[in-house]
Amino acid sequence: MLIYNQMVVGLLSDDAFSDEAGADRVFHALADSTRRDILARAIEREQSVSALARHYEISLTAIQKHVTVLERAALVTKNRSGREQLVVANPETLRRANTLLAAFEQLWIDRANRIAEILNEEGETR
Amino acid sequence: MTVINSNTDPEQLTLDVVAEFDASPEQVWGVWEDPRKLERWWGPPGWPAKFTRHEFEVGGQSRYYMTGPEGDKHHGWWRIDVIEGQRHLEFANGLAGDDGEPVPGLAPAGGILELEADGSRTRMLVRSRFVDVEQMERMLGMGMQEGMGMALGQIDELLREAVAA
Repeated sequence: MLIYNQMVVGLLSDDAFSDEAGADRVFHALADSTRRDILARAIEREQSVSALARHYEISLTAIQKHVTVLERAALVTKNRSGREQLVVANPETLRRANTLLAAFEQLWIDRANRIAEILNEEGETR
Repeated sequence: MTVINSNTDPEQLTLDVVAEFDASPEQVWGVWEDPRKLERWWGPPGWPAKFTRHEFEVGGQSRYYMTGPEGDKHHGWWRIDVIEGQRHLEFANGLAGDDGEPVPGLAPAGGILELEADGSRTRMLVRSRFVDVEQMERMLGMGMQEGMGMALGQIDELLREAVAA
């Protein structure tokens, strides 16, 4: 439960553009209902940023920012088609792989922190 | 910040995590070699690990289990393939059945450990290589953290909704 709470805190911090781990990027991307909705639409069929924006009462720039967050989490990619940018959900295997790798990444970050604690204790008793 | 860099490659199914410790390479090697130290960091919180066998030599085998919050036991194994000095280790890590022995036909994941001295500190690279997505899901199911389960569930739900729409 401790881990879970730490993750929720991580979700709430709005620093998607700092050097965070892949797990954080995926969690952050999915923490927002508009982004989950955009992702669901992109999964349904690829469409331009402006077509997506028509579904929401927020600016095109705001939609572009949401798409960028999804892109950084590797949940979608942007393909250029003429003057339009098409938002495409990543193929499922890639998406699943990415999410699973992010989970293992978090597992190893936690493991490294526990190793550091053990080494610190040893350092104090020397 | 212990972890200074990490990189995932979803096409190669590899994960690199680089951490730095305020300790010598020999000391860091010790937390892998000594089963009593290893079991203090291997299992996630709430999933304590117990290594019942840990032959830290080339060709050596390890057996361990993690105990979940409900008292459920999840067994795993290692096989050590390469050891070079106290700097380089290559091992296979797989799932075991209720008898604690490797499940036949279930390929293990690969692990590589590299230690490098950097002044009084040590840089540790751990590379994990997986066979396929199914294997990753099975391995995560063992000692799965609740938060991760939530996120994966969220995505699966999204996909279902999109397909149903």
